[in-house]
Amino acid sequence: MTVLQPLDTHVDVCPRASLIFDRVTFSYQGKHLLGPCSFTLQGAGPTLVMGPNGAGKSLLLRLAHGLLTPASGRVHWLPQRPRQAMVFQQPVMLRRSAIANLMHALAVNKTPRRQRREMAHAALTRFGLAASAETPARVLSGGEQQRLALARAWVLAPQVLFLDEPTSALDPAAIKAVEEAVSAFQRQGTRVVMTTHDIHQARRLAADVLFMAGGQVLEHTVAQRFFEQPASPGAQAYLRGDIIE
Amino acid sequence: MAADSNALSVALSLLINLDAALVDIVLLSLQVSLLAVCLAAVIGFPMGAAVALWRFPGRGLMVVALNALMGLPPVVAGLAVYLLLSRAGPLGEWGLLFTPSAMVIAQVVLVLPILAALSRQKVEELLAEYQEQFVSLGMSRLRMMPTLLWDARFALLTVLLAGFGRASAEVGAVMMVGGNIDGVTRVMTTSIVLETSKGNLPLALGLGIVLLTLVLMINAAAYLVGEWARRRTG
Repeated sequence: MTVLQPLDTHVDVCPRASLIFDRVTFSYQGKHLLGPCSFTLQGAGPTLVMGPNGAGKSLLLRLAHGLLTPASGRVHWLPQRPRQAMVFQQPVMLRRSAIANLMHALAVNKTPRRQRREMAHAALTRFGLAASAETPARVLSGGEQQRLALARAWVLAPQVLFLDEPTSALDPAAIKAVEEAVSAFQRQGTRVVMTTHDIHQARRLAADVLFMAGGQVLEHTVAQRFFEQPASPGAQAYLRGDIIE
Repeated sequence: MAADSNALSVALSLLINLDAALVDIVLLSLQVSLLAVCLAAVIGFPMGAAVALWRFPGRGLMVVALNALMGLPPVVAGLAVYLLLSRAGPLGEWGLLFTPSAMVIAQVVLVLPILAALSRQKVEELLAEYQEQFVSLGMSRLRMMPTLLWDARFALLTVLLAGFGRASAEVGAVMMVGGNIDGVTRVMTTSIVLETSKGNLPLALGLGIVLLTLVLMINAAAYLVGEWARRRTG
């Protein structure tokens, strides 16, 4: 993969935003699914949200990104809501060419028309997709589509990037490409928040870990401490490889 | 039987020699139906997308009404347009009754529900798939509309062809509001009715062959577009 280098005009120099969850709960069709969760995300990240399937990791990410509205409590940002993007487990691609997908995101973002093609092309090149620019996005392989989703987030120059299990459907080479991209975003000054249930991946990437189980945040710890001495019994069991609910 | 096979051979010679009367009728038919379908698309596609995108009171009723109107009997549509355009009607002053414009209006009324209802369905399916990504990109519903319509383009082309098929094959409505006036408002379907009742079977058969060929071509085109789109966009 191409070495990722900063765009001149990438993320604005701005004070880092903090994300605050204040007694947030979420329920769907009368069923309580998450919370109450209270925590604050600040610092440079990346933050890895870990936990078994069904722990509520994806819900937490969607609440943070504003795709879902809490049933009670409040999700807010200080000093203000940053520009953000999200990469999903299953990339959602428009029925257009790869480059047209990026140009659409730029158009939505009100980037001047003349700059769109050039910026989209630069992002495709960065993510090793230049040769597939005119290929319909949905015929690309799973790994290529996920890289295209990352490129789409890249052109938006987000201050915060959420990734929901971006590698769970990919092979090792594609996983490596995604992890490199995550590091590139982070170097860029983009605050990364990512869910995974892959402990090794979390070890490679995390600065801090938010550990969840059963719809609750059990602990939020600096990565090194989390992997050496997790505070919660749930996390201890999870890291030992026990199956927890 | 002998008369019929004779009629067929005369019909074929009319077709091969591009008989002037026959060509005029075919051209007028195409003009009226194409214009009607284009107008219906300009109104119907955004309308279908809007119903898919927005939640408003009476939305369910509107969906049911659109679906039901897909089966609107052409003579009822013809009657409604006739009442609207007749001298004493609300739009009587426009003097459109028994003109090709009246036929276009009647066909728009027939085709519009098909285009709106089917595009609503297609756009709703796409929206379900795209919604999270769209919200993540910060798109308003209004901004989603052109993106969804463009991404549904192949499905909508098939819908358009279905609408054209309905418009060009319909006889009741254009007969009532057009009046089947020779050289002015006589289209393929109305001519077939008239010529058959007059016993002029060759012309009726010739027109029938053209109409059938047209319908076949439309369906073949719809099939090919669908296949091609599936292979191309996955």
